[in-house]
Amino acid sequence: MNTIYILWIRQLKRFIRKKASLVGALGQPVIFLFALGFGLSPIYAKAGGGNYIQFIAPGIIAMTVLFTSIFTGVEIIWDKQFGFLKETFVAPVSRFQIFLGKTLGGMTVSVIQGILIFFITMIAGFRPISLAKLPLAFLFLLLIAFLFSALGTAIAARLDDMQGFPLIINFVIQPLFYLSGALFPVHGLPSILSFITKIDPLSYGVDGMRYALSGTNFFSPFVDFSVLVGISVVVVLVGLYQFSKIEL
Amino acid sequence: MPENNNKAIIEVKNLTRKFGDLTAVDNISFSVKKGEVFAFLGPNGAGKTTTIKMLTTLLQPSSGEIFLSGHNVIENPSETRRSFGIVFQDPSLDNELTAYENLQFHAILYGLSKKVYAGRIEKLLDLVELKDRKDTFVKFFSGGMKRRLEIARGLLHHPKVLFLDEPTIGLDPQTRNHIWNYIYNLNKEEQVTIFFTTHHMEEVQKMAQRIVIIDNGKIIEQGTPDEIRAKAGTEDLEEAFIKLTGKEIREEKGDVSKNIMRTSNRMMR
Repeated sequence: MNTIYILWIRQLKRFIRKKASLVGALGQPVIFLFALGFGLSPIYAKAGGGNYIQFIAPGIIAMTVLFTSIFTGVEIIWDKQFGFLKETFVAPVSRFQIFLGKTLGGMTVSVIQGILIFFITMIAGFRPISLAKLPLAFLFLLLIAFLFSALGTAIAARLDDMQGFPLIINFVIQPLFYLSGALFPVHGLPSILSFITKIDPLSYGVDGMRYALSGTNFFSPFVDFSVLVGISVVVVLVGLYQFSKIEL
Repeated sequence: MPENNNKAIIEVKNLTRKFGDLTAVDNISFSVKKGEVFAFLGPNGAGKTTTIKMLTTLLQPSSGEIFLSGHNVIENPSETRRSFGIVFQDPSLDNELTAYENLQFHAILYGLSKKVYAGRIEKLLDLVELKDRKDTFVKFFSGGMKRRLEIARGLLHHPKVLFLDEPTIGLDPQTRNHIWNYIYNLNKEEQVTIFFTTHHMEEVQKMAQRIVIIDNGKIIEQGTPDEIRAKAGTEDLEEAFIKLTGKEIREEKGDVSKNIMRTSNRMMR
């Protein structure tokens, strides 16, 4: 327990001390929110979709959490390069504890970012449908953050240096985000795109958030919850296996 | 404690590690006595670091057995980990944390209570003369200060064996001297067994009670410094080392990117 705590607190300290990256990580979602949110909102309204800001805000929050989670998970590559992971691996703690500490640290950091961007969406005019459903939205925020922090950690286990990083952005993060229904409704898509969005786990996170925050959903929140938990379990198992294979 | 002195604290039997076609460590056997200062020598790429990684549970051997302080290292890594401390060849501190936080992190990983580690950290920081830099971020430390902090960290959980993989690499003579004096006292007063590698033969001459020389993954000679010189028929240890391991300059084998990383890490110090 103490092990997980100290790994977690280390992650938080590093996050709080790097103020530049804290602000930097909010840049992209803010641009998306204002450019797309306001840019597409007249067309969206004309097409009968209603208020686009209301629609896109949960997607933007999910996006922030996705990016931050995977980035924090991938930070282990730095620990590998700067030798700190060796210090952790020779200590009398299990790789499971290290994996969990890392994942929970990444999760906490990205949840904080997610909450910050939630307030920014409110400045942009977003209003959650009911206060009573905010805890549910928070639950989905946690689930998304946990899943993708674990995924980032699992991916980092396989990489030895940051040269693979563009690969992660282009082949993991971007597809997960753009094909998740964060920016567009999943209703009535061409069948291939529809299929892809349905196998993208982030779709379920976005859908759950949208249900809790905006009152619209495509899947049911129970399906969203189950899929996120199920995939998290798989990612943790695969990640642990990868982690046990790391040789330094 | 003369009766303990003959007991082996590290025992390595037929240890082998292969990386694909390359046999980095080739069927080596040796033992280190309790309380001994033991030098593990060899040219670059001889297999020193690979061996240390296996002894310290970071790397699985391809075959062979290792016992450390009574624990079977391969079958029981987590039990083994409490009984040794290590200073790695490359820096392994978190630069974004303070000196104190680095030590605290270590203490908690090793299950020490706050009561225990608060006192020990004070004492150790005093010993390595970093007490007044306790709350400085490690990224502002010089190479020598980082090294001293790593040694303090390696001792925090009171290990029975301290591994030092080229502990004085890239340090000035003053700092080297300081570090070795400290290690010498530690060995004398606390009976911590010291297992070290270095390329500075005068450090070996001064410190080591016994030496194993490894080259191309195989042990080519072992004994006391005097025995090694006698066997090689040379005046000093440096000549003996060169005579035994040959004159040609070695290239480090293995993963190129890792070697580049190693070099760049050294430069960043």
